Amino acid sequence: MDFPEPIRLLAFLLGMMAFVAVNAAYLVWAERKGAGRFQRRPGPTEVGWAGLLQPVADGIKLISKQVIVPPGADPILFRVAPLLVMAPAMMTLAVIPFSETLVGRDINVGLVFVFAFGAINVMAIMMGGWASRNKYAIISAARVVSQDVAYEIPMLLVVITLLMVTGTMNLNEIVQQQAGWFWHWNLFRLDVNPLMPVTFIIFFICMLAETNRAPFDMAEAESELVAGAFTEYAGMGFGVFFMAEYANIVVGCSLATVLFLGGWQSPFGVGSGVIWFLLKMYALVFTVIWVRWTFPRTQFYSLLNLSWKILIPISMVTLVLTCILLKLT
Amino acid sequence: MHDQLFWFFSIAMLLSGLLVILSRNPVNSAMFLVVAMCFMAGLFVLLEAHFLAIIQILVYAGAVMVLFLFVIMFLDLKAERRRRFRILTFGGGIIVAAAFMVKVHDVVEDMPLVAAKGVAGTTEAVGRLLFTRYLLPFEVASLLLLVAVVGVVLLSKRDLK
Repeated sequence: MDFPEPIRLLAFLLGMMAFVAVNAAYLVWAERKGAGRFQRRPGPTEVGWAGLLQPVADGIKLISKQVIVPPGADPILFRVAPLLVMAPAMMTLAVIPFSETLVGRDINVGLVFVFAFGAINVMAIMMGGWASRNKYAIISAARVVSQDVAYEIPMLLVVITLLMVTGTMNLNEIVQQQAGWFWHWNLFRLDVNPLMPVTFIIFFICMLAETNRAPFDMAEAESELVAGAFTEYAGMGFGVFFMAEYANIVVGCSLATVLFLGGWQSPFGVGSGVIWFLLKMYALVFTVIWVRWTFPRTQFYSLLNLSWKILIPISMVTLVLTCILLKLT
Repeated sequence: MHDQLFWFFSIAMLLSGLLVILSRNPVNSAMFLVVAMCFMAGLFVLLEAHFLAIIQILVYAGAVMVLFLFVIMFLDLKAERRRRFRILTFGGGIIVAAAFMVKVHDVVEDMPLVAAKGVAGTTEAVGRLLFTRYLLPFEVASLLLLVAVVGVVLLSKRDLK
């Protein structure tokens, strides 16, 4: 099917927005259902079969509520912040290759593109927290910045390590290099670089921290900060922040799938397609939910220590060792 | 299309640049600076320098401005008060700006028109230039950054002892 480029892009954009919205809604359902099962209770059951209509009911409730701007708040920044959290997640999905042909824009610097817009997300949460003029929100904003700056460093370091192996920043080419049986995936390519699993684990931990997920959800630590940066947001203002969290998880897991798990490549070398991409991505998303309900929230200082004292040194060593290995072979 | 986009990006960038210095609230200034950076990235894209455009957003709009905002929020700066118009500061500003414009004009005149060729912006090209032709300035810049880091650590540790 060959459509003119503007129409194809428009269709892709609409599709992406629908994809993000459906995912955000139903990942909330999956999270609540999963949380229920992990804690030996049924989770949502009332609305629809197995509570499947619960996200719809929640959405209607949130939309029908008034968005209240607190009197002391900065009116423009307060309103812009939820949009700025959501928009980068949608933009980054435009360069993620879902299958060989199903990609919004196949650009040469796809990988850096994702990180560039991921960084805007941090700014947006900080803006939301600051504009609220609420002490909990401001503490949360401070935490978001120090946490995300700390975890961006090891994340970029392991991505550089991976880049040295792949030799390209084009996400499509990175997936194509991983064609064939599953031991050709970057995660298992021990012949090229035996440190690949280490980089994957660091990447995954940093992704949890960057998307503000438990055990690293310092921004929204409800037991200490009410709801963190989102305290003053009512109705859909909060709803958009909430959806953006899941959108960012989808982006992070998609990126991990593309970089380490072979993207749309099937594990058996034949029958590659978008279905494999979605399978791997949702497996990772499930792991993210699983981690949240298994580990308790860490302390803020141990969180920063983990990054600066453990993850950054390890990723530095991985980087140097990879340099040496690639030079030797 | 190309020309219209160029005008759109440059006018929008200049406007948000003006708003940076005209708004009284420091946080708003910083936000407009982010907007200006993003439009500048748009200009880089028009020059086919995609890598530079993305790095512009990643480093300036993402990292540097986040730290700027962080510091501004922590210092809790109040909105600037309206100050009396002083002829001396105004005149001084005009002179400095005029001198700067003359200098920029000189530099642009001397510059050969090669930027629009379209190959200079790829990652490989930028990397190759950094590690061959501009290796010394590159290393000097990183040394400067290192000195800054060491200096900051020294200054902040002195109070702890």
